[in-house]
Amino acid sequence: MKTLVLVEHDNKTMKDATLAVVTAASQLGEVHALVIGSGCVSVGEQAAKVAGVATVHVADDPSLEHQLPENAAPLIASLMETHDAFLAPATTTGKNIAPRVAALLDVMQISDILSVESEDTFTRPIYAGNAIARVKSSDAKKVITVRGTAFEKAATEGGSGTIEAIGGASDAGLSSFVSEEIAKSERPELTSAKIIVSGGRALGSADKFEKVITPLADKLGAGIGASRAAVDAGYVPNDYQVGQTGKIVAPEVYLAIGISGAIQHLAGMKDSKIIVAINKDEDAPIFQVADIGLVADLFDAVPELTGKL
Amino acid sequence: MKILVPVKRVIDYNVKPRVKSDGSGVDLANVKMSMNPFDEISVEEAIRLKEAGKAEEIIAVSVGPQKAQETLRTALAMGADRAILVMTDDEVEPLAVAKILAKIVAEEAPQLVITGKQAIDDDSNQTGQMLAALLGWGQGTFANEVEIDGDSISVKREIDGGLQTVKLGLPAVVTTDLRLNEPRYASLPNIMKAKKKPMDEKTPADYDVDIAPRLTTITVAEPPVRQAGEKVEDVDALVAKLKAVGAI
Repeated sequence: MKTLVLVEHDNKTMKDATLAVVTAASQLGEVHALVIGSGCVSVGEQAAKVAGVATVHVADDPSLEHQLPENAAPLIASLMETHDAFLAPATTTGKNIAPRVAALLDVMQISDILSVESEDTFTRPIYAGNAIARVKSSDAKKVITVRGTAFEKAATEGGSGTIEAIGGASDAGLSSFVSEEIAKSERPELTSAKIIVSGGRALGSADKFEKVITPLADKLGAGIGASRAAVDAGYVPNDYQVGQTGKIVAPEVYLAIGISGAIQHLAGMKDSKIIVAINKDEDAPIFQVADIGLVADLFDAVPELTGKL
Repeated sequence: MKILVPVKRVIDYNVKPRVKSDGSGVDLANVKMSMNPFDEISVEEAIRLKEAGKAEEIIAVSVGPQKAQETLRTALAMGADRAILVMTDDEVEPLAVAKILAKIVAEEAPQLVITGKQAIDDDSNQTGQMLAALLGWGQGTFANEVEIDGDSISVKREIDGGLQTVKLGLPAVVTTDLRLNEPRYASLPNIMKAKKKPMDEKTPADYDVDIAPRLTTITVAEPPVRQAGEKVEDVDALVAKLKAVGAI
């Protein structure tokens, strides 16, 4: 099979999310990468170095700068005449574009796959990760989004893909980019962080979240996450949310602090290697999945922990 | 304008789903069902647009079993004007739902379709995008804020890393994220009134849409169970344990 992998990037740097997709795609066949953007030549060069990538198609056009699905999907659909599968990371970009491509091709998308069993059979989580379905696709072309935490990352060096420019991009005239508010952070990105410190409703306020969680995360060089309750209460921005409807993470260590462990939160972090829970309610469901649990008031325990590291 | 709001009947979000022992699926017998939480947000947003004088009529649609009419009644009780139930006992995939919705759009000519970003049962996150593709409309997915301004709509979207605002020409498809609004509860008088609101009953065949699944579910299994951990007494023990397992 010839696969086409959507490269996640910001027109300058290829994002890590791409690497897991390359691994998934290589289990299906020959890997072609697709970079769509504007002024994104350097991203094409980075993608060509990824181990296993045979060809990088670069569509560089002002209409593709923000990867608006209305402009990107028709281009990808036309490339699918010569490819058998389209794989995108299950990021907000991938989830936005891939289903639009699938509908243009009249195929069902397979969302958020966890494994490739064969050319047409995949596993994917359903019901907030409470069940794993093995599904077989009867569509001739496959459109797939890939859960980044479920596949090893391909090496960023060692590949020698050839770069080909793709023409034919145009503005569909349906949508336009207005603005973006991207949270600036020195911290490791949540989905690729090795350690995550995550806070919940029990923190009580944005101020206390900052005072209790941030020093611990600093000490550990960790990413910061949050439960939906903490996000809804305005303690932290939306994109910190870990869970079924937020980010899916699987770090080496996940510290859940003041998080009860609702089904929807567990869906986003229960594949972490080691889960540590600090909660004063000893019956909190989080303790059923935690490898190490401490029943204590977080306002005492967390500063003490930070001090002792 | 008219707004079309697709809603789905799903397992209640508080219920822990159980996988059937024969691996054929999730056991839904005698399980509490509700409106998909994202769809409640869609209905709420449509009502707010109507209350703001931006919309005249809200049509709620559901594709599903006879019992999905309860879900539609809930939408009517919240404030939708009428409902269409496309009845089928088969499981209908997002692509087929999008095709049915596209036919309904062709009949009803709404200027806006508001769907939830994903259903909490199949977790696909596809239908809205697919519908936009089939209609050739713009899409504003994972909406955190929407504003209608004449013949266009601004959608502030939740993306990885922050927020993005896009402007779409109308008609358009918007999919709702959690923080778009806080859905209202239907009051008892409104629940009573909703019983008198019109509900059309259709079938997929009425729209000439083939709903045969493209994906066959071979098995459904429990996810791997995590090994039970242990509780430690105090912070010192926690630090020691973290060091012992190589976490720090």
